[in-house]
Amino acid sequence: MSKYDGLPGDWELVVGLEVHVELATATKLFSASPNRFGDEPNTNIDPVTLGLPGALPVLNEQAVELAMRIGTALNCTIQPCTFHRKNYFYPDMPKAFQISQYDQPLNVDGFLDLPNGVRVGIERAHMEEDAGKSSHVGGAGGRVHGATYSLIDLNRAGVPLVEIVSRPDIRSSDDARAYVNELRGILVAIGASDAKMEEGSMRVDANVSVRKPGMPLGTRCEIKNVNSVRSVGRAIEFEARRQINLIEGGDVVRQQTRHWDEGDGRTHTLRSKEDADDYRYFLEPDLVPLAPSPEWIARVKAALPMLPAARRARLADSTGQAVTSEAVAVVVERSQDDYVLAIAAAGGDAARALVYVKEAFADSPDVAAADVAALTRMEVSGAITATQAKTVLAELVANGGGDAAAIAAKYGFEAIDMSVVEVFVDEAIASDPDAWQKFCDGDAKAMGALVGLVMKASKGKADGKAVTASLQQRAPQQRRDHPK
Amino acid sequence: MSTAAAIAASVRDGSRKALDILEQHLAAIAAREPEIHAFNLVLADEARAAAEQIDQRVAAGKDPGPLAGVTVALKDNMCTRGIPTTCSSRILEGWRPPYDATVVSTLRDAGAIIVGKTNLDEFAMGSSTENSAFGPTRNPHDITRVPGGSSGGSAAAVAAGFSQISFGSDTGGSIRQPAALCGVVGVKPTYGYVSRYGLIAFASSLDQIGPFTNSVEDAALMLDVIGGHDPLDSTSIPQTHPSLRDAITQDVAGLRIGRITDLPEGADPDVVERLEVAFDTLRAAGAKIVDVQVPAFTFGLTAYYLIAPAEASSNLARYDGVRYGLRVEAADTNAMYGATRAAGFGDEVKRRIMLGTYALSAGYYDAYYGKALKVRRLISDDFERAYQSADVLLTPTSPSVAFQFGAKGDNPLAMYLCDTYTIPSNLSGQPGMSVPFGTGAHGLPVGVQVLAGTLQEPTMFRVAATLERGLIGSAQ
Repeated sequence: MSKYDGLPGDWELVVGLEVHVELATATKLFSASPNRFGDEPNTNIDPVTLGLPGALPVLNEQAVELAMRIGTALNCTIQPCTFHRKNYFYPDMPKAFQISQYDQPLNVDGFLDLPNGVRVGIERAHMEEDAGKSSHVGGAGGRVHGATYSLIDLNRAGVPLVEIVSRPDIRSSDDARAYVNELRGILVAIGASDAKMEEGSMRVDANVSVRKPGMPLGTRCEIKNVNSVRSVGRAIEFEARRQINLIEGGDVVRQQTRHWDEGDGRTHTLRSKEDADDYRYFLEPDLVPLAPSPEWIARVKAALPMLPAARRARLADSTGQAVTSEAVAVVVERSQDDYVLAIAAAGGDAARALVYVKEAFADSPDVAAADVAALTRMEVSGAITATQAKTVLAELVANGGGDAAAIAAKYGFEAIDMSVVEVFVDEAIASDPDAWQKFCDGDAKAMGALVGLVMKASKGKADGKAVTASLQQRAPQQRRDHPK
Repeated sequence: MSTAAAIAASVRDGSRKALDILEQHLAAIAAREPEIHAFNLVLADEARAAAEQIDQRVAAGKDPGPLAGVTVALKDNMCTRGIPTTCSSRILEGWRPPYDATVVSTLRDAGAIIVGKTNLDEFAMGSSTENSAFGPTRNPHDITRVPGGSSGGSAAAVAAGFSQISFGSDTGGSIRQPAALCGVVGVKPTYGYVSRYGLIAFASSLDQIGPFTNSVEDAALMLDVIGGHDPLDSTSIPQTHPSLRDAITQDVAGLRIGRITDLPEGADPDVVERLEVAFDTLRAAGAKIVDVQVPAFTFGLTAYYLIAPAEASSNLARYDGVRYGLRVEAADTNAMYGATRAAGFGDEVKRRIMLGTYALSAGYYDAYYGKALKVRRLISDDFERAYQSADVLLTPTSPSVAFQFGAKGDNPLAMYLCDTYTIPSNLSGQPGMSVPFGTGAHGLPVGVQVLAGTLQEPTMFRVAATLERGLIGSAQ
């Protein structure tokens, strides 16, 4: 997309994203309590989660494995690492410190390639524990300020997180959204997280600054509370314009943490750098250093499934579509690419299979690939029209499979003789000469009207594509190249 | 005096009843506890019930465990399920842990009878037990004097015969120093030898649980029972340890006993004299005395008083009056936090929280905490070198015999100096133990400290047992 993202003047946007993802482990990062979303508040707890005196953390091996998968998928170096205490006092953090990785994270120096080819550097992807959840009641917008009381749910306290920190390589809000989408696809594909922004299992903070191209990085602000992919773009765009207005008005940008308000579409000051907490980091004495063996790292790498980018390339290749096409992206995102390939392998037409699956299989497919393959063959051979195929497909989906030919026969779908179609085309032109004239002048809507007349006359049996071809055949030569 | 092993053997073979043994201890407690104040809580009813259960098991022909009927007292910073655990602090008032520390459940499973929770300096911060929120413990040898600390209650309990065994925690000398002052054996094992799960943390990288006993053999037995890996403590060493009861059967012929020639000065002459006798005793037993240097030893105290408070400031930040313990009501939540901590913590605890917070703060970290970590490394390196030429090192445990109440109360630095000889091995994570070795000024007990390299407990115990035998030999 546009390099300057529609910013006024020649301002350049500079964005780095910090993405927190909850790992899909059975239990918490440092205790045996279940890691489960949506349970009765304060039921998934134990002495470690509660930070009771004397309780000690024990590192969850599955969490390390999933964090290593993330590092591998993001092309990081997996290195020996340590845990630190990040000391701060807040009611949903019962130990009064968070165990996190500080100067020696598990994964460093990787990258993520966006579908448009832009490469975003990954500085680190480190492990840490989540805090509990505070619900502030009685204040405006659910914030603590002005609340009459607060509720604490410690089910989330101690849930394993990986924080993925990108380098400030993102130059447009479109790329920021693409980064989040691509990252989410990877996390789901490798089984590391369900990565649901709406449930908070994936949370995005954006570091935003602006500069003139070639100049040093500007002062950044960190934007929090961005709860959807759409908001990522909106918040970044608003923040960039706010900073440009400040600078162009002769003011300076102050380093701040800002809160994105979905309601008014603006960012608001949360705290400035001066009143940032002093976290008094020090090595967590209750844990020992973690040094994954080369064998373990190799095992994780070998077991990594194919990532979305490779799957898009594979699907595009076998269906003859562009790798950036919407159908390819959607089908891979739904993890239905294997199904499309299975239809093709069962003798179906890959390109039609891609369209069918994108259009008709919003949920996981439960129709045998061979049944769908038969249908694509009927359509491609001209035995039935695309419109008829859609009807048959809907019934296949509703019934969980079946004989496409039998369904088509039941509806009375059959190939209509092209000579009959030609008659209907003649009649259509005759009955609406006005539309015909417009069609000859290149009006696409007029073509729709004419095709509609033919379809009506043929009771829907004519093939739309054939009708269009016939119309174009009849139009004056100079229009043929530009059907709309 | 019979050993824990002999007691357990007699209970196991039915020749003595666990309940009878317990009653003797409870009688001692009834007689002297009012003047000693070793306990925050005596668990007479629970102990009787446990003893009866042991006796029933024996009667039913079931295995009552290797410590059947052995009475133990626990420093009140070890979590006991359903039983108040206070750290001798008001901040934990009313709290009953929902779980047992690993050491506690191990002792219960082994058939030991828990007679009570013992007094300590608040959160184990102190060297005299004067910092307890519930009043000091008195030294059974002279009740005008301190028992040492921070595990003063546990040391006094064994010295006064309130229990056969007690357990303490040692962060900078909190087992060894009171053991010396009360004339009992006290051991701080290698860091990670014993699980810390359920030990309420003072300074997590230094804390280690160990026993107080009347004999080296009892101490060996206790570590054989409570030592070993605990999956709930990531810092516990993932291996089984060789039997220390087996180790003490060996003599010290050929062992190299190190004398630290650059040891910090300040020990009283009576203490130094006993140390010399100890060297002579070991030499007579066939050991070789060698001179070693541990240059960084002298910086241990300074490094310790940055590292331990730093960790404590983090460990103690959770006590906020919300979920457990004391709550002092106030106008709003923030004021409640402040009022609770102001009322709940004593002066020494507050002093260390402030010191530690400062040492870790941005802008000061490098100069204080960071530098202290480097000193810690140096101390470990120096010990490592020393242990290449010596198998164990011998030092005084405490610079003096038990001092009088209030003697150092107004001067925190003078109090901190009590731990000069014990602190370095906490920083290096290596084992040390105090063995009672006669008396000094005022006829009060003097302890000799045996230090050894990482996991060299067997050698350390051989030397301690030899000192113990030498002392018994010289008394006869």
